Amino acid sequence: MLEYLWIVPLLPLLGSAINGILGAKWPNKYVTLTAISSTGLSFLCALEAVREFLESGQALSRKEFFTWIASGNFRAGFDLQADRLTVVMMLVVTGVGWLIHIYAIGYMAHERGYYRFFSYLNLFMFFMLILVLAANYVLLFVGWEGVGLSSYLLIGFWFLKKSASDAGKKAFIVNRIGDFGFMLGMFLLFRTFGTLDFQTLFTKAGSWPAEPMGHFGTFTVACLLLFMGATGKSAQLPLYVWLPDAMEGPTPVSALIHAATMVTAGVYVVARSHVLFSHSSTAMLVVAMVGCATAFFAATIGLVQTDIKKVLAYSTVSQLGYMFLACGVGAFTAGIFHLMTHAFFKALLFLAAGSVIHAMGGEQEMPKMGGLGRKIKWTYATMFIATLAIAGIPPFAGFFSKDAILFATFQSGAGDRIRTLYVLGLLAAVLTAFYMFRLIFLTFHGKPRYDEHKVHVHESPWSMRGPLVVLAILSVAGGWFALPAFFQGPDYFANFLGPVFGAREAVEAGAEAAAHQLELILSGVAVLASLIGLAVAYRLYIKNPRKADDLARSMKPAYTTLLNKYYVDELYAAAVVRPLLWLSTNVFWKATDVAGIDGTVNGIAHGAAAIGDGLRHSQSGNTRSYAVWVVAGAIVVLAVIFFWPSASKIALGLVR
Amino acid sequence: MVPTNYYIILSAILFGLGVFAFIFKRNIITIFMSIELMLNAVNLAFVAFSQALGKLDGQVFVLFVIVVAAAEAVVGLGIIILIARNRQTLNVERVDLLKL
Repeated sequence: MLEYLWIVPLLPLLGSAINGILGAKWPNKYVTLTAISSTGLSFLCALEAVREFLESGQALSRKEFFTWIASGNFRAGFDLQADRLTVVMMLVVTGVGWLIHIYAIGYMAHERGYYRFFSYLNLFMFFMLILVLAANYVLLFVGWEGVGLSSYLLIGFWFLKKSASDAGKKAFIVNRIGDFGFMLGMFLLFRTFGTLDFQTLFTKAGSWPAEPMGHFGTFTVACLLLFMGATGKSAQLPLYVWLPDAMEGPTPVSALIHAATMVTAGVYVVARSHVLFSHSSTAMLVVAMVGCATAFFAATIGLVQTDIKKVLAYSTVSQLGYMFLACGVGAFTAGIFHLMTHAFFKALLFLAAGSVIHAMGGEQEMPKMGGLGRKIKWTYATMFIATLAIAGIPPFAGFFSKDAILFATFQSGAGDRIRTLYVLGLLAAVLTAFYMFRLIFLTFHGKPRYDEHKVHVHESPWSMRGPLVVLAILSVAGGWFALPAFFQGPDYFANFLGPVFGAREAVEAGAEAAAHQLELILSGVAVLASLIGLAVAYRLYIKNPRKADDLARSMKPAYTTLLNKYYVDELYAAAVVRPLLWLSTNVFWKATDVAGIDGTVNGIAHGAAAIGDGLRHSQSGNTRSYAVWVVAGAIVVLAVIFFWPSASKIALGLVR
Repeated sequence: MVPTNYYIILSAILFGLGVFAFIFKRNIITIFMSIELMLNAVNLAFVAFSQALGKLDGQVFVLFVIVVAAAEAVVGLGIIILIARNRQTLNVERVDLLKL
């Protein structure tokens, strides 16, 4: 199977093509069959490939299928590679992707454009697999842009809704800014190293000296440019604004693309380029700071949102910030670990939220829910598990990965900067626990705040419940790879990714024991932080439901600022969008296009018409006026000959 | 012997009168006559130069011009008669459609 790795991405592409071309005329069950079997087979193929790869024991399996671009000494091929990082990504993408496909059967059952939805979703799977399997930056960029395209198509799936099509455009345009940086980064790497192939590039780069802090050399600039692309795709400050709006898409899309897979592509790229990033302390610090700031910033916005999907969207932005924080402090393993567990529990959260929305007949506002826990027990139970996982309560998956990140942050060198990062990360953990339990309490507990006679709350069909259960199991157990590490055993996940990121420097036995003790203390602190968040949410939303409103009223300026998301959208509108719109409307459209280009073209035509119109009057048909012209012409010629002999000579010369 | 200048000046005056009449007169017959006047002004110039240069080329041209003028008079007068019949007028300002 490893020899035929291309089958893994090809299957979803086939599914997409078949559904896209034939699906319109098919009944839904054929569309379902095509979509589910293509992704399911892709998952099985991926599993088989992984088994072969792990059995072969090689660190990297690389295969060149054909040359795509060859120009001078530049070569970009359709080359796929598998190493252990790819293995993790590939299994997450195909596995979670498949579960979400199954879920979508139930969720999208009554939608028009059912075939279109699955065609897009399969297309997304194809591009995402290309992204994670690519063996060079160019092919990776194909996948990178492809997932952006599918994301655009799926956000705007209900394109008749203005807000949905606007959100799609916003996502695409904001990503374009990041992609610009990404491309510049690629160009710089090619200029410096003469190749964009991962293996060659990283081998070459590995032998270069590292750049110290504050030094802006090739590595720093290239890494910052690549990171700019990552901030766009992975919704980090300052380009995160598209992700909350992307919630306009159907919920399975939010779960698959805007939580579990596509938005983690930025983290994947940083981890994949870890050789480059490790060469630049400056770039690493920037990554860590941006990630940490985003984690905290997005969490604060999540505190007050009332739309259930918006809370989850800001939570995603925040969790992605954690992953970048991990990468920035050099703990790539922890970042990828969190990527994986996050894929499980955040996909679950979104799917469960979708189930809630389904049960409520389309309602997304939490203030209009309440007391759903007794009516939709499956959804409630699974969502509660996911909440425990994201809040970082042991022994759920999120605890291990988040703990690993915070520990790595604390350990990565001394200094105020690092300590600030740690404290901010910890605060974000408190906020995470708070807003997640707020979501749970507002949605599932308390008294119903909807009209019980009008809304018929019902549990979702099994096609939707099944994936919830599977993801719930993964959300519980997904972090147990790291469990033995707590009892001084090996960290299986870190060991698994060891061949990719290089083994950590061996620590002395005594220091290791001390480090272990520190880790236990820090875990305790992290759990305490989560429990504080839980307790505050419990006090505000269960024990004394009025208190939340009182608190909001007493801190009105802060509350409104958060509710309006720090006015970032308004700021961008004023600072970027409106000036650009003005420039485009007045300078490019009205001045350049209408006045300049159209003006020239039309002006020539009008000029010809005007001259013709003027000359037309000389053709009066009146013979004597012709005579006047003849005479006038003769007089002019004579005058020239008499008074300006040189000119007449030139004129005669031309005639001759 | 009369200097050539005088002939040339007379010829220019006659030609100018012809042009003047051609432009400002309305009667087709008069315009026709002014054309004849211009032709003959040119004839005079030809003859004068022929005399001054002692060559016969100019006089040959004059004979040609006279012949052409005669032919032109035939055609022109025919057209004028047709116009007079169709329009009941000889005013050129009423004849501006370039057709009968």
